[in-house]
Amino acid sequence: MSEDQDDIILADLDDEELVQQMYDDLYDGLREEIEESVNILLERGWQPYEILTEALVAGMTIVGKDFRDGILFVPEVLLAANAMKGGMAILKPLLVETGAPKQGKMVIGTVKGDIHDIGKNLVGMMMEGAGFEVIDLGINNAVDSYLDALEAEKPDILGMSALLTTTMPYMKVVIDTLVEKGMRDDYIVLVGGAPLNEEFGRAIGADAYCRDAAVAVETAKTYVAQKHNQAAMRA
Amino acid sequence: MDLPDDDQLTQQGLALNAPPAPLQRVLLIACGALAREILDLIARNGWDHMDLTCLPAILHNHPERIPQAVEQDVLKHRAAYDRIFVVYADCGTGGQLQTVCERLGVGMVAGPHCYSFFEGNAQFAANAPDEFTAFYLTDFLVRQFDAFVWEPLGLDRHPQLRDTYFGHYTKLVYQAQTDDAALTAKAQDCAARLGLAFERRFTGYGDLEAALAGVSVI
Repeated sequence: MSEDQDDIILADLDDEELVQQMYDDLYDGLREEIEESVNILLERGWQPYEILTEALVAGMTIVGKDFRDGILFVPEVLLAANAMKGGMAILKPLLVETGAPKQGKMVIGTVKGDIHDIGKNLVGMMMEGAGFEVIDLGINNAVDSYLDALEAEKPDILGMSALLTTTMPYMKVVIDTLVEKGMRDDYIVLVGGAPLNEEFGRAIGADAYCRDAAVAVETAKTYVAQKHNQAAMRA
Repeated sequence: MDLPDDDQLTQQGLALNAPPAPLQRVLLIACGALAREILDLIARNGWDHMDLTCLPAILHNHPERIPQAVEQDVLKHRAAYDRIFVVYADCGTGGQLQTVCERLGVGMVAGPHCYSFFEGNAQFAANAPDEFTAFYLTDFLVRQFDAFVWEPLGLDRHPQLRDTYFGHYTKLVYQAQTDDAALTAKAQDCAARLGLAFERRFTGYGDLEAALAGVSVI
């Protein structure tokens, strides 16, 4: 996709062409080009939320689909994510200023004994892109770390990630502790990671297993909408 | 076998003399990364009744494909063997391989992965709280480092991603199955390329020998 990059002057493209070019640049992991395009659209009067959803998230959705279909692989997805991060870094403070719609709040972290955070980081980034506030606890989180964050942040969603067969059972430890403390129903619990599957998610008492970042976003939206509907019914 | 006289058969019956039965065929369905080690154990122990077939070792990088691949091999070969044993641990299948093996009625190696059973599952589990920032390589993976690590992670094309993958790791532990100075040097080079400290730990075959010995007698 990037063979003709040198010939393209981004500022000369009209809005539609520029957004299409951003899809290509995200796909190719071109961070500087994405940053430049975001700034061009801002100068043209685009709202930060529009740029986020119509250019960055839409572009990453293409990346996500091609990853799922085996066309793109992890390195390319990471480069695309890095490019998106560049755009997000420009937009984030502006999104706060302009009061972009909030979908909900998520606390997310990799479980105790596990240092793998690539999947978690992708989920966090795509959740932010979808309008969720994300509190990232990082790696190697014990139960207390999750509990402290839940109490401090009062999120809608708890997300847990694990890459190892040996660490994924720790998710159950966290969920069981939530149950013991009578807190389980206060949160939507989403889990993910390479060795997990739906059956495991059900077995440990999570609300859902999410196989990739795109699924995590859609699942989160669905559950948050249900939660809000239930709250409205009770009101 | 000599047939005892009728008196002896009458009074004492027929004792079972070793060997109790002719050796029966055992098939090992293994990860290709274990082929050398398994063949060495077969030769050393004289397990001539054991045959070995291996799935491509690269499935290591696609563990979700292992259960189906193993199942296909079991179904393909089961009629020709008295026993089949799967020489995989869980290997990132999240329990799916165990489910398949139980359904097919075949055994498999205990433990989460080869790093664990080479070190000994008990020892590996004991080390885990202090070693979860270790990246492990076996003899095979040192030899195949580029094919299993460097290239699939895109580090040949995008070296800037190295710390995205390995930033939280602190050391590379080379679990040596053999004493091989050249391989140790290569492992040390792998650690340097990943920006990690290096530790060589001789494990030999760990729990693997006992696992195979356990299925060598039917």
